Amino acid sequence: MYMKGTAARMGVMKRVSLVFKAKANKALDKMEDPRETLDYSYQRQLELLTKVRRGVADVATSRKRVELQMNQLQQQADKLQVQARKALGMGRDDLAREALTRKASAQSQLDELQTQYAQLQGEEEKLTLASQRLQARVDAFRTRKETIKATYTAAEAQTRINEAFSGISEEMGDVGMAIQRAEDKTAQMQARAGAIDELMASGALDDAVGGKRDDIQSELDMMSASSDVERELAMLKGEITAAAPKQLEGTSANGDAQAAQAAQAQAAQAQAQAQAPYAPPAPAEQAQPAGIPVSDLPGEPQDGDGS
Amino acid sequence: MIVRILGEGQFKVEDAVSAELNQLDADLEAAVEHGDEPAFTAALAGLLAKIRATGTPLPPDILEPSELILPHEGSSMDEVRKLLTDEGLIPG
Repeated sequence: MYMKGTAARMGVMKRVSLVFKAKANKALDKMEDPRETLDYSYQRQLELLTKVRRGVADVATSRKRVELQMNQLQQQADKLQVQARKALGMGRDDLAREALTRKASAQSQLDELQTQYAQLQGEEEKLTLASQRLQARVDAFRTRKETIKATYTAAEAQTRINEAFSGISEEMGDVGMAIQRAEDKTAQMQARAGAIDELMASGALDDAVGGKRDDIQSELDMMSASSDVERELAMLKGEITAAAPKQLEGTSANGDAQAAQAAQAQAAQAQAQAQAPYAPPAPAEQAQPAGIPVSDLPGEPQDGDGS
Repeated sequence: MIVRILGEGQFKVEDAVSAELNQLDADLEAAVEHGDEPAFTAALAGLLAKIRATGTPLPPDILEPSELILPHEGSSMDEVRKLLTDEGLIPG
Protein backbone atom coordinates (compact mmCIF):
# COMPACT_ATOMS: atom_id res chain seq x y z
CA MET A 1 0.00 0.00 0.00
CA TYR A 2 2.81 2.44 0.78
CA MET A 3 5.99 2.86 -1.20
CA LYS A 4 8.80 1.25 0.62
CA GLY A 5 11.59 3.47 -0.58
CA THR A 6 10.06 6.75 0.54
CA ALA A 7 8.33 5.22 3.50
CA ALA A 8 11.64 4.49 5.14
CA ARG A 9 12.29 8.21 5.50
CA MET A 10 8.81 9.13 6.40
CA GLY A 11 8.60 7.89 9.95
CA VAL A 12 6.05 5.62 11.48
CA MET A 13 3.50 8.32 12.31
CA LYS A 14 3.27 9.60 8.75
CA ARG A 15 3.06 6.14 7.30
CA VAL A 16 0.23 5.14 9.57
CA SER A 17 -1.69 8.26 8.66
CA LEU A 18 -1.17 7.49 4.97
CA VAL A 19 -2.54 4.01 5.44
CA PHE A 20 -5.66 5.53 6.96
CA LYS A 21 -5.99 8.08 4.17
CA ALA A 22 -5.54 5.44 1.50
CA LYS A 23 -8.38 3.49 3.06
CA ALA A 24 -10.64 6.50 2.96
CA ASN A 25 -9.71 7.30 -0.63
CA LYS A 26 -10.36 3.79 -1.75
CA ALA A 27 -13.83 3.91 -0.26
CA LEU A 28 -14.46 7.30 -1.85
CA ASP A 29 -13.36 6.12 -5.27
CA LYS A 30 -15.99 3.42 -5.24
CA MET A 31 -18.75 5.98 -5.10
CA GLU A 32 -20.16 7.41 -8.31
CA ASP A 33 -22.10 10.19 -6.73
CA PRO A 34 -20.37 12.02 -3.86
CA ARG A 35 -23.71 12.55 -2.13
CA GLU A 36 -24.12 8.83 -2.05
CA THR A 37 -20.82 8.69 -0.20
CA LEU A 38 -22.19 10.91 2.54
CA ASP A 39 -25.31 8.85 3.11
CA TYR A 40 -23.52 5.56 2.88
CA SER A 41 -20.83 6.68 5.29
CA TYR A 42 -23.42 7.98 7.71
CA GLN A 43 -25.12 4.59 7.78
CA ARG A 44 -21.80 2.96 8.49
CA GLN A 45 -21.16 5.41 11.32
CA LEU A 46 -24.47 4.59 12.96
CA GLU A 47 -23.70 0.89 12.69
CA LEU A 48 -20.32 1.42 14.25
CA LEU A 49 -21.86 3.43 17.07
CA THR A 50 -24.17 0.52 17.84
CA LYS A 51 -21.24 -1.83 17.69
CA VAL A 52 -19.07 0.20 20.03
CA ARG A 53 -21.90 0.50 22.54
CA ARG A 54 -22.42 -3.23 22.44
CA GLY A 55 -18.67 -3.61 22.90
CA VAL A 56 -18.79 -1.51 26.07
CA ALA A 57 -21.64 -3.67 27.41
CA ASP A 58 -19.75 -6.88 26.59
CA VAL A 59 -16.63 -5.74 28.37
CA ALA A 60 -18.71 -4.72 31.38
CA THR A 61 -20.40 -8.13 31.49
CA SER A 62 -17.07 -9.87 31.32
CA ARG A 63 -15.68 -7.60 34.03
CA LYS A 64 -18.57 -8.39 36.34
CA ARG A 65 -18.07 -12.10 35.87
CA VAL A 66 -14.41 -11.75 36.77
CA GLU A 67 -15.38 -9.66 39.78
CA LEU A 68 -17.64 -12.44 41.00
CA GLN A 69 -14.94 -15.00 40.50
CA MET A 70 -12.42 -12.87 42.35
CA ASN A 71 -14.81 -12.67 45.30
CA GLN A 72 -15.17 -16.44 45.31
CA LEU A 73 -11.43 -16.95 45.24
CA GLN A 74 -10.95 -14.42 48.02
CA GLN A 75 -13.53 -16.15 50.20
CA GLN A 76 -11.85 -19.44 49.51
CA ALA A 77 -8.42 -18.10 50.43
CA ASP A 78 -9.81 -16.64 53.67
CA LYS A 79 -11.52 -19.90 54.53
CA LEU A 80 -8.37 -21.91 53.92
CA GLN A 81 -6.45 -19.51 56.14
CA VAL A 82 -8.90 -20.10 58.99
CA GLN A 83 -8.69 -23.84 58.43
CA ALA A 84 -4.90 -23.75 58.54
CA ARG A 85 -4.98 -21.88 61.83
CA LYS A 86 -7.47 -24.32 63.29
CA ALA A 87 -5.53 -27.36 62.11
CA LEU A 88 -2.36 -25.93 63.61
CA GLY A 89 -4.18 -25.37 66.90
CA MET A 90 -5.01 -29.05 66.92
CA GLY A 91 -1.44 -29.99 66.24
CA ARG A 92 -2.20 -31.15 62.71
CA ASP A 93 0.67 -29.59 60.77
CA ASP A 94 -0.06 -31.82 57.79
CA LEU A 95 -3.59 -30.49 57.41
CA ALA A 96 -2.43 -26.94 57.96
CA ARG A 97 0.19 -27.36 55.24
CA GLU A 98 -2.40 -28.71 52.82
CA ALA A 99 -4.74 -25.83 53.56
CA LEU A 100 -1.95 -23.28 53.06
CA THR A 101 -0.89 -24.93 49.80
CA ARG A 102 -4.39 -24.60 48.45
CA LYS A 103 -4.59 -21.09 49.72
CA ALA A 104 -1.41 -20.19 47.82
CA SER A 105 -2.91 -21.66 44.69
CA ALA A 106 -6.12 -19.68 45.10
CA GLN A 107 -4.07 -16.57 45.84
CA SER A 108 -1.98 -16.88 42.69
CA GLN A 109 -5.12 -17.29 40.59
CA LEU A 110 -6.49 -14.23 42.29
CA ASP A 111 -3.37 -12.18 41.59
CA GLU A 112 -3.43 -13.01 37.90
CA LEU A 113 -7.11 -12.29 37.70
CA GLN A 114 -6.56 -8.93 39.35
CA THR A 115 -4.01 -7.88 36.74
CA GLN A 116 -6.29 -8.84 33.90
CA TYR A 117 -9.22 -7.27 35.64
CA ALA A 118 -7.41 -3.95 35.70
CA GLN A 119 -6.69 -4.26 31.99
CA LEU A 120 -10.30 -5.01 31.28
CA GLN A 121 -11.35 -2.00 33.29
CA GLY A 122 -8.94 0.10 31.22
CA GLU A 123 -10.43 -1.23 28.00
CA GLU A 124 -13.90 -0.45 29.22
CA GLU A 125 -12.96 3.13 30.00
CA LYS A 126 -11.20 3.62 26.68
CA LEU A 127 -14.09 2.15 24.76
CA THR A 128 -16.57 4.32 26.62
CA LEU A 129 -14.56 7.40 25.73
CA ALA A 130 -14.18 6.23 22.13
CA SER A 131 -17.92 5.78 21.94
CA GLN A 132 -18.48 9.33 23.20
CA ARG A 133 -15.94 10.74 20.76
CA LEU A 134 -17.48 8.87 17.87
CA GLN A 135 -20.93 10.06 18.82
CA ALA A 136 -19.74 13.67 18.74
CA ARG A 137 -18.02 13.14 15.39
CA VAL A 138 -21.05 11.44 13.90
CA ASP A 139 -23.18 14.39 14.97
CA ALA A 140 -20.68 16.74 13.38
CA PHE A 141 -20.67 14.68 10.23
CA ARG A 142 -24.45 14.72 9.96
CA THR A 143 -24.49 18.50 10.21
CA ARG A 144 -21.73 18.79 7.65
CA LYS A 145 -23.47 16.32 5.39
CA GLU A 146 -26.68 18.31 5.30
CA THR A 147 -24.79 21.54 4.66
CA ILE A 148 -22.82 20.04 1.81
CA LYS A 149 -25.92 18.49 0.28
CA ALA A 150 -27.83 21.76 0.44
CA THR A 151 -25.04 23.65 -1.26
CA TYR A 152 -24.03 20.92 -3.60
CA THR A 153 -23.78 22.77 -6.84
CA ALA A 154 -20.13 23.10 -7.57
CA ALA A 155 -17.28 20.67 -8.00
CA GLU A 156 -15.51 22.18 -5.00
CA ALA A 157 -18.08 20.51 -2.84
CA GLN A 158 -16.23 17.33 -3.63
CA THR A 159 -13.25 18.62 -1.67
CA ARG A 160 -15.40 19.28 1.37
CA ILE A 161 -16.92 15.87 1.10
CA ASN A 162 -13.50 14.30 0.91
CA GLU A 163 -12.37 16.18 4.00
CA ALA A 164 -15.38 15.23 6.03
CA PHE A 165 -15.18 11.69 4.84
CA SER A 166 -11.48 11.34 5.62
CA GLY A 167 -11.96 12.80 9.07
CA ILE A 168 -14.78 10.52 10.01
CA SER A 169 -13.18 7.56 8.32
CA GLU A 170 -10.08 7.92 10.46
CA GLU A 171 -12.19 8.10 13.59
CA MET A 172 -14.08 5.01 12.53
CA GLY A 173 -10.89 3.13 11.86
CA ASP A 174 -9.61 4.08 15.29
CA VAL A 175 -12.83 3.09 17.04
CA GLY A 176 -13.01 -0.12 15.03
CA MET A 177 -9.56 -1.08 16.27
CA ALA A 178 -10.48 -0.15 19.83
CA ILE A 179 -13.46 -2.51 19.62
CA GLN A 180 -11.23 -5.23 18.26
CA ARG A 181 -8.75 -4.80 21.09
CA ALA A 182 -11.46 -4.86 23.69
CA GLU A 183 -12.94 -8.00 22.15
CA ASP A 184 -9.55 -9.69 22.23
CA LYS A 185 -9.01 -8.80 25.86
CA THR A 186 -12.51 -9.95 26.76
CA ALA A 187 -12.00 -13.26 24.98
CA GLN A 188 -8.73 -13.83 26.85
CA MET A 189 -10.43 -12.97 30.09
CA GLN A 190 -13.32 -15.29 29.43
CA ALA A 191 -10.99 -18.14 28.60
CA ARG A 192 -9.17 -17.51 31.87
CA ALA A 193 -12.42 -17.28 33.84
CA GLY A 194 -13.60 -20.54 32.28
CA ALA A 195 -10.35 -22.25 33.26
CA ILE A 196 -10.70 -21.05 36.84
CA ASP A 197 -14.30 -22.24 36.98
CA GLU A 198 -13.09 -25.66 35.93
CA LEU A 199 -10.33 -25.58 38.48
CA MET A 200 -12.78 -24.69 41.23
CA ALA A 201 -15.20 -27.39 40.12
CA SER A 202 -12.40 -29.95 40.20
CA GLY A 203 -11.92 -29.24 43.91
CA ALA A 204 -8.29 -28.27 43.49
CA LEU A 205 -9.12 -24.94 45.05
CA ASP A 206 -12.12 -26.37 46.79
CA ASP A 207 -15.32 -24.73 45.72
CA ALA A 208 -16.50 -22.39 48.45
CA VAL A 209 -19.96 -21.94 47.05
CA GLY A 210 -20.67 -25.30 45.50
CA GLY A 211 -22.12 -26.74 48.68
CA LYS A 212 -19.58 -29.52 48.49
CA ARG A 213 -18.01 -30.48 51.80
CA ASP A 214 -14.30 -30.19 51.50
CA ASP A 215 -12.00 -32.78 52.95
CA ILE A 216 -9.95 -30.45 55.12
CA GLN A 217 -13.06 -29.06 56.73
CA SER A 218 -14.61 -32.45 57.37
CA GLU A 219 -11.46 -33.74 59.00
CA LEU A 220 -11.28 -30.64 61.15
CA ASP A 221 -14.94 -31.05 62.06
CA MET A 222 -14.41 -34.68 62.96
CA MET A 223 -11.41 -33.86 65.09
CA SER A 224 -13.15 -31.00 66.73
CA ALA A 225 -16.25 -33.11 67.40
CA SER A 226 -14.25 -35.89 69.01
CA SER A 227 -12.22 -33.44 71.05
CA ASP A 228 -15.47 -31.80 72.18
CA VAL A 229 -16.62 -35.17 73.48
CA GLU A 230 -13.32 -35.69 75.24
CA ARG A 231 -13.44 -32.26 76.77
CA GLU A 232 -16.98 -32.74 77.98
CA LEU A 233 -16.13 -36.09 79.38
CA ALA A 234 -13.20 -34.66 81.26
CA MET A 235 -15.36 -31.86 82.59
CA LEU A 236 -18.00 -34.26 83.81
CA LYS A 237 -15.41 -36.40 85.44
CA GLY A 238 -14.18 -33.33 87.22
CA GLU A 239 -17.68 -32.53 88.45
CA ILE A 240 -18.22 -36.00 89.76
CA THR A 241 -14.92 -35.78 91.53
CA ALA A 242 -15.93 -32.48 93.09
CA ALA A 243 -19.32 -33.81 94.15
CA ALA A 244 -17.97 -36.92 95.84
CA PRO A 245 -14.26 -36.39 96.33
CA LYS A 246 -13.78 -39.01 99.02
CA GLN A 247 -15.85 -41.66 97.34
CA LEU A 248 -13.68 -41.56 94.28
CA GLU A 249 -10.52 -41.39 96.26
CA GLY A 250 -8.50 -44.50 95.58
CA THR A 251 -11.42 -45.60 93.52
CA SER A 252 -11.95 -49.00 91.99
CA ALA A 253 -13.20 -50.01 88.55
CA ASN A 254 -16.68 -50.01 89.93
CA GLY A 255 -16.38 -46.39 91.01
CA ASP A 256 -15.28 -45.45 87.51
CA ALA A 257 -18.31 -47.20 86.09
CA GLN A 258 -20.52 -45.16 88.29
CA ALA A 259 -18.81 -41.97 87.25
CA ALA A 260 -19.31 -42.87 83.63
CA GLN A 261 -22.96 -43.62 84.30
CA ALA A 262 -23.35 -40.25 85.94
CA ALA A 263 -21.63 -38.60 83.02
CA GLN A 264 -23.97 -40.28 80.61
CA ALA A 265 -26.97 -39.13 82.55
CA GLN A 266 -25.58 -35.63 82.72
CA ALA A 267 -24.96 -35.60 79.01
CA ALA A 268 -28.50 -36.75 78.33
CA GLN A 269 -29.80 -33.94 80.46
CA ALA A 270 -27.61 -31.41 78.79
CA GLN A 271 -28.89 -32.58 75.44
CA ALA A 272 -32.46 -32.23 76.66
CA GLN A 273 -31.72 -28.62 77.54
CA ALA A 274 -31.13 -28.31 73.83
CA GLN A 275 -29.44 -24.93 73.78
CA ALA A 276 -25.68 -24.70 73.96
CA PRO A 277 -23.71 -27.90 73.35
CA TYR A 278 -22.91 -27.94 77.00
CA ALA A 279 -24.35 -25.73 79.72
CA PRO A 280 -22.80 -26.15 83.11
CA PRO A 281 -25.48 -27.16 85.57
CA ALA A 282 -26.45 -24.97 88.47
CA PRO A 283 -24.38 -25.45 91.61
CA ALA A 284 -27.31 -27.10 93.40
CA GLU A 285 -27.52 -29.77 90.78
CA GLN A 286 -23.83 -30.25 90.84
CA ALA A 287 -24.05 -31.69 94.30
CA GLN A 288 -26.58 -34.23 93.15
CA PRO A 289 -26.34 -35.02 89.47
CA ALA A 290 -29.78 -35.39 88.00
CA GLY A 291 -30.88 -38.81 86.89
CA ILE A 292 -29.23 -40.51 89.80
CA PRO A 293 -31.55 -41.34 92.66
CA VAL A 294 -30.47 -39.76 95.88
CA SER A 295 -30.62 -43.12 97.55
CA ASP A 296 -28.08 -44.47 95.14
CA LEU A 297 -25.57 -41.86 96.14
CA PRO A 298 -23.30 -42.69 98.98
CA GLY A 299 -24.36 -41.11 102.26
CA GLU A 300 -20.97 -41.65 103.77
CA PRO A 301 -17.74 -41.86 101.87
CA GLN A 302 -17.11 -45.25 103.29
CA ASP A 303 -20.51 -46.54 102.19
CA GLY A 304 -19.64 -46.36 98.55
CA ASP A 305 -20.40 -49.36 96.35
CA GLY A 306 -16.80 -49.62 95.53
CA SER A 307 -15.76 -50.63 98.97
CA MET B 1 -0.67 20.14 13.14
CA ILE B 2 -3.19 17.44 14.09
CA VAL B 3 -1.89 14.21 15.55
CA ARG B 4 -3.92 11.18 16.51
CA ILE B 5 -2.98 8.68 19.16
CA LEU B 6 -4.95 5.56 18.35
CA GLY B 7 -7.35 4.75 21.14
CA GLU B 8 -7.03 8.23 22.63
CA GLY B 9 -8.18 10.65 19.99
CA GLN B 10 -6.73 13.65 18.21
CA PHE B 11 -4.45 16.40 19.51
CA LYS B 12 -3.49 19.75 18.13
CA VAL B 13 0.27 20.10 18.39
CA GLU B 14 2.29 23.25 17.77
CA ASP B 15 4.48 23.05 14.72
CA ALA B 16 7.40 24.10 16.92
CA VAL B 17 7.60 20.65 18.49
CA SER B 18 7.49 18.86 15.18
CA ALA B 19 11.30 18.65 14.94
CA GLU B 20 11.38 16.90 18.27
CA LEU B 21 8.56 14.61 17.25
CA ASN B 22 10.35 13.77 14.03
CA GLN B 23 13.47 12.78 15.92
CA LEU B 24 11.49 10.50 18.22
CA ASP B 25 9.66 9.09 15.25
CA ALA B 26 12.96 8.37 13.49
CA ASP B 27 14.04 6.43 16.59
CA LEU B 28 10.78 4.54 16.51
CA GLU B 29 11.21 3.72 12.87
CA ALA B 30 14.78 2.55 13.34
CA ALA B 31 13.70 0.34 16.23
CA VAL B 32 10.99 -1.27 14.09
CA GLU B 33 13.44 -1.85 11.27
CA HIS B 34 16.05 -3.40 13.52
CA GLY B 35 13.52 -5.43 15.45
CA ASP B 36 14.70 -3.77 18.66
CA GLU B 37 11.74 -4.14 20.99
CA PRO B 38 13.17 -2.29 24.04
CA ALA B 39 14.17 0.68 21.89
CA PHE B 40 10.77 0.56 20.23
CA THR B 41 8.95 0.61 23.56
CA ALA B 42 11.04 3.52 24.79
CA ALA B 43 10.61 5.53 21.59
CA LEU B 44 6.85 4.98 21.50
CA ALA B 45 6.48 5.95 25.16
CA GLY B 46 8.55 9.08 24.49
CA LEU B 47 6.42 10.08 21.53
CA LEU B 48 3.15 9.54 23.35
CA ALA B 49 4.35 11.48 26.37
CA LYS B 50 5.53 14.37 24.18
CA ILE B 51 2.21 14.62 22.38
CA ARG B 52 0.16 14.39 25.53
CA ALA B 53 2.31 17.03 27.19
CA THR B 54 2.44 19.53 24.35
CA GLY B 55 -0.82 18.88 22.53
CA THR B 56 -4.37 19.93 23.26
CA PRO B 57 -7.22 17.52 22.55
CA LEU B 58 -9.13 18.39 19.42
CA PRO B 59 -12.77 19.33 20.07
CA PRO B 60 -14.95 16.34 19.19
CA ASP B 61 -17.07 18.23 16.68
CA ILE B 62 -14.13 18.93 14.42
CA LEU B 63 -13.76 16.52 11.53
CA GLU B 64 -10.19 16.66 10.35
CA PRO B 65 -7.90 13.94 9.15
CA SER B 66 -4.67 13.73 11.14
CA GLU B 67 -1.31 14.52 9.67
CA LEU B 68 0.36 11.99 11.90
CA ILE B 69 -1.08 8.90 13.55
CA LEU B 70 0.55 7.12 16.44
CA PRO B 71 0.01 3.54 17.53
CA HIS B 72 -1.92 3.09 20.74
CA GLU B 73 -0.15 2.90 24.05
CA GLY B 74 1.37 -0.47 24.78
CA SER B 75 1.44 -1.54 21.14
CA SER B 76 3.85 -4.28 20.30
CA MET B 77 6.21 -3.98 17.37
CA ASP B 78 4.23 -6.67 15.66
CA GLU B 79 1.03 -4.67 15.93
CA VAL B 80 2.74 -1.64 14.48
CA ARG B 81 4.04 -3.64 11.53
CA LYS B 82 0.50 -4.77 10.85
CA LEU B 83 -0.66 -1.17 11.00
CA LEU B 84 1.91 -0.21 8.40
CA THR B 85 0.92 -2.98 6.07
CA ASP B 86 -2.73 -2.10 6.31
CA GLU B 87 -3.77 -5.22 8.18
CA GLY B 88 -6.12 -5.12 11.11
CA LEU B 89 -7.74 -1.86 10.12
CA ILE B 90 -11.46 -1.55 9.98
CA PRO B 91 -12.32 -0.14 6.56
CA GLY B 92 -13.79 3.32 6.94
